[in-house]
Amino acid sequence: MEKLMMLGSVQGATAIAIGLIIGLGAIGACIGIGIMGSKFLESAGRQPELIPQLQKFMFILAGLIDAAFLIGVGLAMYFAGGPLLNTVINVAG
Amino acid sequence: MAAEHAPQSASEYISHHLTNLRVGEGFWTFHLDTILMGWLTGIVGIGLFYLVARRATTGVPGRLQGFVELVVEFVDDTVKSMFPGDRKFLAPLALTLFVWILMMNLMDLIPVDFVGRGTSAVGVHAWKPVPTSDLNTTFAMSLTVFLLTLFFSFKAKGAGGFVHELFTAPFGSNPLFWIPNFVLNIIEYISKPVSLAMRLFGNMYAGELIFILLALLGTSWKWMLPSAVLYTGWAIFHILIIVLQAFIFMVLSVVYIALAHEHH
Repeated sequence: MEKLMMLGSVQGATAIAIGLIIGLGAIGACIGIGIMGSKFLESAGRQPELIPQLQKFMFILAGLIDAAFLIGVGLAMYFAGGPLLNTVINVAG
Repeated sequence: MAAEHAPQSASEYISHHLTNLRVGEGFWTFHLDTILMGWLTGIVGIGLFYLVARRATTGVPGRLQGFVELVVEFVDDTVKSMFPGDRKFLAPLALTLFVWILMMNLMDLIPVDFVGRGTSAVGVHAWKPVPTSDLNTTFAMSLTVFLLTLFFSFKAKGAGGFVHELFTAPFGSNPLFWIPNFVLNIIEYISKPVSLAMRLFGNMYAGELIFILLALLGTSWKWMLPSAVLYTGWAIFHILIIVLQAFIFMVLSVVYIALAHEHH
């Protein structure tokens, strides 16, 4: 019973952690892309002849902004596989 | 072979599709599937460009040669805008990076169960088809780019100039600033290859995981059609991500090497 409670608490904590990592990362990434997109649209409206060059930089920036978020998603998915749980199982027997 | 797959739980399905084919143990483990797929995609991608270059005509080009010329010109223009100096080494490096990473990322579009059923039919128990979703590949490439950055730094500034810039770079040459300058430079030198590698890894790993989860959704008859639709939609979106990530890796490598060339 004790072991079950221990395993349950590790699972629960892992699930909350995954949710926090992905959720907080998504907030930052989406706000960042929103601000960048709005600036792009503004400057595209001001100088339409520069749209191709600005679009190239916009894609580069989108990739950079998404980087930290996706690194977080990758890490969270790694934890979802259960390495913390496996450690507990190995130690508890 | 079907009996192996039938009574699997969901998490077993997911973790089966996310394990690499491992050979050896401890420090000397090799991910055989990553190595083989890396070689295969490299040979196909670069080999295609080489074959087209060998038979290139100056007259009206065919479609394949037109496409290759498009890619080469695109990479050359990008390198030219980031690095105004002599790009005889840098542009081919950028082209290799772009084409190879693009080819490796394209393996992600192969449906999940094609790979799983196909490889277990031949007797292989685990196979991940995307080399760039393995941290080893991305770190190998980004560490190579980092070493090239250091090499070009030494070449452009000399050993003395390099050490001088290490200690005086952002703030100034007042001896009070030496430690903060050094710390900032070390952080910059570490964060560049790590971020380069993990950006590509995170994108590809997350993409592959979402493919697997969407495929898992189709195990019951009620959810099979939504699963197929979502899978296709995500695959179409992923085409953009694939090209974008290869492009970003190339652009950032060129920018880092270009930055290493300039001195104050």
